[in-house]
Amino acid sequence: MTDTPAPRHIPDRLDKPLTSAIFSWEALLVAVAVVIFAVNSFASPYFLDAWSLSDLTFNFTEKALIALAMALLIISGEIDLSVAAIIALASTMMGMAVQAGAGTPVLVAIGILVGLGCGAFNGLLVTRLGLPSIVVTIGTMSLFRGIAFIILGDQAYKGYPSSFAFFGQGYVWWVVSFELTLFLVAAVIYWFLLHRTSFGRRVFAIGNNPVAAQFSGVRVGRIKFILFCLTGLMAGIASVLITSRLGSTRPSIAQGYELEVITMVVLGGVSILGGAGSIVGVVLAAFIMGLVTFGLGLLNVPGIVMSIFIGLLLIIVIALPIVWRRVRQERFT
Amino acid sequence: MKALPRYREVWLLAAIVVLIGLISMRFPGFANPANLRQVFNDTSILMILALGQMVVILTRSIDLSMASNLCFTGMVVAMLNAAHPAIPIPLLIVIALLVGLVLGAINGLLVWRLNIPSIVVTLGTLTIYRGATFVISGGAWVNADQMSPDFIGLQRAAFLGTPVLSWIAILVIALFFLLMTRTALGRSIYAIGVNPKASVYAGIDVGRTKFIVFCISGMAGGLCGYLWISRYVIASVEVANGYELNIIAACVIGGISIAGGIGSVGGAVLGALFLGIISNALPVINISPFWQMAISGSAIILAVVLNARGERRQGRIILKKAEAA
Repeated sequence: MTDTPAPRHIPDRLDKPLTSAIFSWEALLVAVAVVIFAVNSFASPYFLDAWSLSDLTFNFTEKALIALAMALLIISGEIDLSVAAIIALASTMMGMAVQAGAGTPVLVAIGILVGLGCGAFNGLLVTRLGLPSIVVTIGTMSLFRGIAFIILGDQAYKGYPSSFAFFGQGYVWWVVSFELTLFLVAAVIYWFLLHRTSFGRRVFAIGNNPVAAQFSGVRVGRIKFILFCLTGLMAGIASVLITSRLGSTRPSIAQGYELEVITMVVLGGVSILGGAGSIVGVVLAAFIMGLVTFGLGLLNVPGIVMSIFIGLLLIIVIALPIVWRRVRQERFT
Repeated sequence: MKALPRYREVWLLAAIVVLIGLISMRFPGFANPANLRQVFNDTSILMILALGQMVVILTRSIDLSMASNLCFTGMVVAMLNAAHPAIPIPLLIVIALLVGLVLGAINGLLVWRLNIPSIVVTLGTLTIYRGATFVISGGAWVNADQMSPDFIGLQRAAFLGTPVLSWIAILVIALFFLLMTRTALGRSIYAIGVNPKASVYAGIDVGRTKFIVFCISGMAGGLCGYLWISRYVIASVEVANGYELNIIAACVIGGISIAGGIGSVGGAVLGALFLGIISNALPVINISPFWQMAISGSAIILAVVLNARGERRQGRIILKKAEAA
């Protein structure tokens, strides 16, 4: 018998130099957020006010809730373009329930369950039939919103019970809204799920190499299915919040949200090609987008012009590190 | 093997014939040549856009900014026409093509030079181009009474009994057919979609080719900017809002694989026609137009399910041939 060599010490994680933390994506986002915050407070005297800042959060919490689940989905290499349509369909179903005399708990349950059901439908099409998610969800996007249009046409549902208004308009404590609280709690849950559980590691594994993940015993299809369900669930929750905030349902509700949610996720440093990203980045990106739109809103900049800033922000934040790396490489070679 | 690519288009054509047959049962006038010509004319813009999108999708990219490009370019030519009615329309069309080309080139440069995924680039430019429309117009509309009669009338003028708009679409279809089947660029576009790495070894400049396809889709968007505005005679920031997904839907129904490398000019044209027929037929057979969205959504899902079957079958046959050899 020969002596087996002593097992070499394998560190849990590689030692990172401090510089990598300074130049990390999250640090870049924090810097951007601080700059926008400072510019905003100089540009408008109304910005630095507890209630203003509280109003600011209503700008993004609903989209950011979906972005949390979408981040996991995109990390796994899939995408869901139907989230805004899910909001419309769930809201329409809640509206129908109100006409039938349903109370607040039933409404919330319907909103969340419809979202979950739509997510499961996407998940089944993608994982069972092996279809590309971008095309499937373009289809279900038309289908879900189309059903809302068939049911509602050019009408609107109103008359939600007053207790239902709490979810989108209520405050938990002082200026801290229910929406913000829910978002922060969800962010912690998703952070834990992605960065501290084996489920999260599997999501990364699938995104980096689905075939290798499959051979390593990861149930790729099942995990992707769960991620689609989670995204649908979050869209259902967002639907409850938006419907409660607006107090009415139109089939055009939340139009175009899907692109804003994806912008948030990509801005947060999640690779659109899958396999990389962090929840902290997504949360920071959500705050940045909220700061930009709210700050420009205080300056009376129209919404459509704000979207230019969001678009530029997206491209510049993605392009900067690439340009920076290239300039440094050229200097050393 | 050679019959397989045509297979898909034949099935789609059959589906369209069945669709027209079903509609005719409830509205006998629908299958009239005059009415079908009208449907073709109504679908011309979508066909041109779908062809532009097709070359992009074939290279495993996507252009989400086409509708915003259309909106911006349409506003530019409408404002030019309103301010200087003396500018001849052919020159305006050239300007529309050039403006579209520049917008497409911006997408292409970001994809080529910085290697940013096209979905991210065009997601950004989608909002930027539409926002820029607001900036140049100040949010104002250009109405029919501000446009010159030629500007509105050109595409409606009949040539050999068919509106000029249809002829433009036929010309564009012919150009794309030549591009995809008779040029080295067309072959490179397919090659990149099938296998980007092998394309590099085959001497194809993948980045430059991607740049070119975005220029092509930009020009298609620009041309349709003029066509759309002169057809619906109003230019505003809301023009073609959300239409980018209809364009992709036409491509998907036409059997163009989102994974790249699979698709044909005939498929894109038929896919657009399929959607055009549905939107034209709903009012005449007394179905609320609110049904249209759900129907096209179902058509997309059905098409992608069937296409996936077709692609899988293709793979199996290759394997069988390899076994037999």
